[in-house]
Amino acid sequence: MKKELIELRINGRTYELAVEPSTLLLDALRQDLGMTGSKRGCDDSSCGACTVLIDGTAMLSCTLLAASVQGREVTTIEGVTEHGSLASIQKSYGEWGGAQCGYCTPGFIMTVKSLLAENENPTEEEIRSALSSNLCRCTGYLQMYQAIKAAIEAERVGMAAVKE
Amino acid sequence: MNNGFSIIGKPTAMVDAAEKTTGAGKYTDDFSLPGMLIGKILHSPYPHARLKSIDTSRAEKLDGVVAVVVGKDAPKTYGILPVGHDEYPLALDKVRYVGDNVACVVAVSEAIAEKALELIDVDYEVLPAYFDPEESMKAEKDLIHDHKAHNIEKDYHHAFGDPELGFAEADQIAEARFIANEVTHAAMEPHSTLASFEIDPHTGKPGRLIVWSSTQVPYYLQHKLSLVLEMPMQQIRVIKPLVGGGFGGKSEVIPLEIIAAVAARKAKAPVKITYTREEVFWAHRGRPRTIIDLKTGVKADGRITAVKARVVQDGGGYCSYGVVTILYSGALLGALYDIPNIQYDGYRVLTNKPACGAMRGHGTVNVRFAFESQLDELAAKVGMDAAEIRQRNLLKPPCITVNGLRVQSYGLPECIEKTVERSGWKQRKGKLPRGRGLGIACSHYVSGAANSIIRSDMPHSTVNIKIDRDGGVVVYTGASEIGQGSDTMTAQIAAEALGCSLSRVRVIAADTDLTPIDIGSYSSRVTFMAGNATLRAANEVKKLIAAAAAKKMNCAVEELVFRDDRVLKNGGTEKNAGEGGSAAKSQATQSQATQAHAAQSEASVSGRVEGQILRGSLQQKRKDEGPKDALTFEEAVVAAIDFHGALTGTGSYAPPPEARGGKHKGGGVGPSPAYSYSAQVAEVSVDEDTGEVTVHKVWAAHDCGRALNPVSVEGQIIGSVWMGMGQALTEEMVWKDGMLMNPGLLEYRSPSSVESPEIEPIIVESIDPEGPFGAKECSEGSLAATIPAIANAIYDAVGVRLHESPFTPERVLAALRAKKNAKSLNLTEGVDPTQPARFREHGGALWFKNKGPIRHRADQPANSTSIGGAD
Repeated sequence: MKKELIELRINGRTYELAVEPSTLLLDALRQDLGMTGSKRGCDDSSCGACTVLIDGTAMLSCTLLAASVQGREVTTIEGVTEHGSLASIQKSYGEWGGAQCGYCTPGFIMTVKSLLAENENPTEEEIRSALSSNLCRCTGYLQMYQAIKAAIEAERVGMAAVKE
Repeated sequence: MNNGFSIIGKPTAMVDAAEKTTGAGKYTDDFSLPGMLIGKILHSPYPHARLKSIDTSRAEKLDGVVAVVVGKDAPKTYGILPVGHDEYPLALDKVRYVGDNVACVVAVSEAIAEKALELIDVDYEVLPAYFDPEESMKAEKDLIHDHKAHNIEKDYHHAFGDPELGFAEADQIAEARFIANEVTHAAMEPHSTLASFEIDPHTGKPGRLIVWSSTQVPYYLQHKLSLVLEMPMQQIRVIKPLVGGGFGGKSEVIPLEIIAAVAARKAKAPVKITYTREEVFWAHRGRPRTIIDLKTGVKADGRITAVKARVVQDGGGYCSYGVVTILYSGALLGALYDIPNIQYDGYRVLTNKPACGAMRGHGTVNVRFAFESQLDELAAKVGMDAAEIRQRNLLKPPCITVNGLRVQSYGLPECIEKTVERSGWKQRKGKLPRGRGLGIACSHYVSGAANSIIRSDMPHSTVNIKIDRDGGVVVYTGASEIGQGSDTMTAQIAAEALGCSLSRVRVIAADTDLTPIDIGSYSSRVTFMAGNATLRAANEVKKLIAAAAAKKMNCAVEELVFRDDRVLKNGGTEKNAGEGGSAAKSQATQSQATQAHAAQSEASVSGRVEGQILRGSLQQKRKDEGPKDALTFEEAVVAAIDFHGALTGTGSYAPPPEARGGKHKGGGVGPSPAYSYSAQVAEVSVDEDTGEVTVHKVWAAHDCGRALNPVSVEGQIIGSVWMGMGQALTEEMVWKDGMLMNPGLLEYRSPSSVESPEIEPIIVESIDPEGPFGAKECSEGSLAATIPAIANAIYDAVGVRLHESPFTPERVLAALRAKKNAKSLNLTEGVDPTQPARFREHGGALWFKNKGPIRHRADQPANSTSIGGAD
């Protein structure tokens, strides 16, 4: 198939790249742009390791055509750190053992970002429900809930400090 | 508090946490090299067939295809066990399961490689296949491997004590058949390997091979590559990047790891192969379907008198770890409880399915399910509480069990006590409403196999430490981080021993060029063995630093204490009393600054010519000062390097001879320098209308010796219990005609966050006399108790004892109906789950040519209709 030139807006920057119309967003990210933070864990959108945000909504980049997200704002795990430092959710995932092998972690963090953007203070039920789009084989998920609660608290304290 | 440790015992984020949470960390598939090609493997569509011919010419002609690799490109056998070298990288004469490896296309892109696979013409002579291990054991002809009579890979027959006498003494005997169906690791990262040859500068020809691979065992991979490629080991460098989970699935050499190297040799370019999720399921090496005929006898007081187990494992098409698995299943009947008489008959049987291998709780899990279920039954028979019967059968360590296992630290009594207490067992057991129940079970696991796979006297782990003038500590370890926290454990032990901060320590791990040999991450051996090697290496370096520091501080070596980045005299009592840590440190720095100009020139202790780099202020300062009560870590290091010339240390670990087990045939598997212990209580509810089981909570106490990093320990306990729950309730590999019916993460039904229960990890510390700071394993031992704890809880809830895992709604419902003598719903194809008898195949299309059901006209096989049209 002949390649086409597309323009993607990723993590606030614009990239121009030539891809086949059938190229998946995950492959464009990983292979064409070298952003290997998004992972491939399955081939049928069942594991969530490739989760990215499209205009703030968590979506699976393994089943999205790269060309279809032109004009949208794509956020990948590479765009989560804040000013070169860990975002509170990243830090708390580390501290609370939310990541073991780490392969599913980028996908989970994107899912959590999208959850917290919609719902600042989710209940554990809501967290469980949101995370069920992603699979993890190491943690049993429990330490992730603690990490998410800790991140929410850290954000709250941080915001309060800013307001003072 | 904290027993005087400054690093260990504190909840610590993993040293690689930031890499993982930012996506910056690299896993094998994240690497690419200039000119790299992609490999795709052609798999067998038949479970058992002879390869008559392979014609690759059409594939080779396709534009973009660089090479097609077949069996005769590397006609050498290998296998993880020296007794089980029965695999070729690519099939030479036969295929033995659906998914067996036939050929590999190397092309410039994945799409072209996939297209080329369809152009390879393979002529198969289909052979009768064996799917049921008990049928397979009767085979006389069309054997899966010619040299394995009756398709039996290996059988063992052990008798310890006098089992017959034991049963004669018993007041109650229970006997039943249990079946645990096949499960797989399904680690989130699909296997991936990148292989590349370097050109030798002297010969100008391809020289060294460099392999990046998702492996738990870099050194075994290096060894097997050397066998198959017929290259000396030192010409092969294996690098293990981040690994996205193993659970045993990467603890042996997986076909793609060898195929990628053979392909790179043939294509004369770097080749990367990454499995699809379906290929990961075919590569498998998971926990075999196990049939356990178990008989246990107890006295009226609950004491176990004898156990007899006949175990048949459905091993799949190749040996893999099979011989070890079947031995573990027998050996680990011992070392949990005091059992005076054991009879064990184990059969590892070959079938035409993907090979089974090692999976978390290797060998022990399925037998433990049977045993703990039966013990529950016997407790009821003798009218004893299920927790109490377990307490009646405790070992009295230090001891050597009847089957030759040495037990020293033994936290099981405390594990039982704590779970019973936390779960409210005594108050709540038997008093919950109908449909809700509590169940208890125990388990244990080795902290590393006492005997290595390749028998030799070499240490199982070796660790090097180098400290330079910058005060940075670099630890070189072959131990493989696979997410369990190996690198963090290494850094913690080194930092604790040297009294320096964790941020000073850098861990270089699992690169055969850089790191000394460590046999890998399996059998839960890393903390115990690599941890001990790290501790020994650190202590060796510490001795060098202490010698120099003592001289400089005018005191005896014994007076020194290494702590919080300082070396303190007189045990550091006066200055380090109080708060220690940063407050004391900044004080010390201040007092040094004020003393800096109080000239005391006689204080030089340097035994060697100073280096150039730090000749400036540091040296001057040092000369200006007299003997002090404290040195900073850097000062002590500089003094030591000046004094000794270099600061390096090596430590290694080999299990002591007395921990290596009995002399009987097969006695090498099962012994370990230490065992971890677990006791669990599960609370479940059962819907009697649908058969659905919900696990509400699991209380899991685990004796890990000492918790070096409590966050990691709890994470491992929770993860093990969770994975055990998956096997108990939903996970199962479903077969039809040797074809896997559910090779996807949704169909395999790994529990999501919604289905996952609350798990309360309880850490029990028995402080092992030989473990590093007393530590033992914590990553596998808890898994095995979860399945029987759930089974026993189901019995408590609704009064049915399930003999076949997983406890799916259909099995639970059938058991409930059988109990009521109701007509069977025939959901399980006539197999009564309370009395499982034989291998059960599931529905789904038969897919053999001419053998399947008649297809509807609209539903023809893919190759008979044209797809895609004019594109």
